[in-house]
Amino acid sequence: MEANLHDLTAAYALDALDPEDVQAYEAHLARCERCRDELGTLAEAAGALAYATDAPAPPPELRARILQRAHDERPNVTPLRPRWLVPVAAAAAVAACLALGLGIWAASLSSRLDRSHQALAAQQQIAAILGDPKSTRNVLGSRRGTLVVSPSGRAVLVVNRLAPAQKGQTYEAWVASGGRPQAAGIFGGGGDVNVVLLRRPVPANATVMLTLENAGGSAAPTRNPLLVVHNAA
Amino acid sequence: MREYVQTMARSFAHLSDEAVVALVARSDEEALAELYDRFGRVAYGLALRIVRDEKLAEDAVQEGFLTVWRNADRFMPERGKASTWLLTLVHRRAVDLVRREDRRRTDPLPETTELTSGDSAADDAWLRFERERVQAALRQLPDQQREALELAYYGGFSQSELAERLGQPVGTIKSRMFTGLARLRELLADPNGESAWKPTFTT
Repeated sequence: MEANLHDLTAAYALDALDPEDVQAYEAHLARCERCRDELGTLAEAAGALAYATDAPAPPPELRARILQRAHDERPNVTPLRPRWLVPVAAAAAVAACLALGLGIWAASLSSRLDRSHQALAAQQQIAAILGDPKSTRNVLGSRRGTLVVSPSGRAVLVVNRLAPAQKGQTYEAWVASGGRPQAAGIFGGGGDVNVVLLRRPVPANATVMLTLENAGGSAAPTRNPLLVVHNAA
Repeated sequence: MREYVQTMARSFAHLSDEAVVALVARSDEEALAELYDRFGRVAYGLALRIVRDEKLAEDAVQEGFLTVWRNADRFMPERGKASTWLLTLVHRRAVDLVRREDRRRTDPLPETTELTSGDSAADDAWLRFERERVQAALRQLPDQQREALELAYYGGFSQSELAERLGQPVGTIKSRMFTGLARLRELLADPNGESAWKPTFTT
């Protein structure tokens, strides 16, 4: 019986077990390390199938209803920690606040960074670009990030939640403005946010792209762009 | 400094999905809202594809998010991504609903969803990118594997129902589902794929 249960992992990941098998399989899962590992990978692949569907916007009231229900279920719970203790690794804090500087706090960010001991030269440049109210902000879809371009064309690419580049590979940013894309910097990805000061200016109507390249970067993009953003300045 | 950190905590843009779920586990309602803003659309699209009824789809999405709200403290990031967990919950609920309503008998399964042009999703480049990527990977699967995955995942059919519907032994169905999922995972993990891109920019 146990041997047969091993074979049910894919069906379980797809929610395709017959109802009478679910309990037996879940009991098996609790004691079978191999199936738990396998389920982890297969469930991820199954979850990817969710993205292959059309995604019409849900009705706006659904959001409000979910949040109201959630609130009603736990109206009196006090968070264990006050809000300002949200754990953010100190090293990540500077990069994180640079990303956050895209909001209404951007204007005062530069001076804050000046006061910070961690304000390095590149970060000050980044802060200047992000903090300039005249900078253009081109938002990438699904909060993937933002391309911020100062009036002089200096640009910062902020990318959220980018998986780390695999060994032997690197992310490379490109600027294309009516000609061949020009290399504009490489970085490894990973972490919650990548803030990249582009090495080339980004003119109005230029396009910034991100590709995966072999370590060290390439002379020209060799793979499909992961992100494409147009500078609407 | 406190004001500074407080300002940061009000935005979640720098937090991973898993970190947002950790905040949800602390009953942070804003974190739940953030999670919805990141995945509500995908979750709704998935549920709608399965139940093919807007009200039922909303139910599935709502149950999925409320289950996260109730159980976020039990989420184990080392076991998988937060998005996978959430979408699994929505999927399970949608499959339960569709089986209960038994809508599958009366409603023929549509062909694989193709991109709809001019859809409001057009403003969401990342979702579109993900959709194209997964659809391209699906197209590379042998027909029988793709059929098994689609009927199971989008159709809500159980493996014995699939066996009956396709006139195959259950063992064959199991094997198609396993091989299909494993291959899909490889295809999605390989950034080189078969899609090496040649730039077409000209001077």
